[in-house]
Amino acid sequence: MKLVLNKDLMDKMVDHAIESYPMECCGFVFGKEQPDGRILSEVHRAPNNQSGDQRRRFEIDPLDYLKAERYALENGITLLGIYHSHPDHPAVPSIHDLKQAVPFFSYLILAAKKGQVDNITSWQLLENEFEEEKITIENRIETLN
Amino acid sequence: MAKIIIPTPLRKFTNNLATIEVEAINIRESINALSSLFPDLKKQILDDAGEIRQFVRIYLGDEDIKVLNNEKTPVTHDAVISIVPAIAGGISD
Repeated sequence: MKLVLNKDLMDKMVDHAIESYPMECCGFVFGKEQPDGRILSEVHRAPNNQSGDQRRRFEIDPLDYLKAERYALENGITLLGIYHSHPDHPAVPSIHDLKQAVPFFSYLILAAKKGQVDNITSWQLLENEFEEEKITIENRIETLN
Repeated sequence: MAKIIIPTPLRKFTNNLATIEVEAINIRESINALSSLFPDLKKQILDDAGEIRQFVRIYLGDEDIKVLNNEKTPVTHDAVISIVPAIAGGISD
């Protein structure tokens, strides 16, 4: 699966990861699914609701999730996935990511360091394993309208 | 009829329908009605004992049914029920 987004959306996630460092950040990605891939149109921040060590874990409040689904329905778009950061760790899914993952979603992971993000990857759960998605950055995305 | 919002990860079990309307008097009946319509969806929501799965929450409006009357929570004809998957993760230990 291919994931297409513009630089503005990428910057929003990067800024969130940098601002949240050394804690993990998280949020939602919205857009539309098309035969040749997923086109992202919006990213929304979500509070990290993890009550434990937010440097190593994230959790999204079910009510925030519910509101994200409602937002998608009201705006004719699809909640396509979740992004989160890995402070001082590579942008590869952990065993914790795998345990909690649900099929269909794109899971974007940002490898965050102090003041920068080194790498961004995206993954989808297929047959109980993560498969990496190709991320394509386009300056203008006009296919949504 | 009560409306059930299906989260995107589960829409492959509902022919890609985002909302389903069911006739029911409480949450349990709503889930049963949904399961009858889409049998493959049932095991995504309920475990083998028929209990709501650990990583699934059911909301009535903005309230978790756990703070209401769980599956016996009454639903009205204009109720909006949401199925919410747990979303979490983090770096390796």
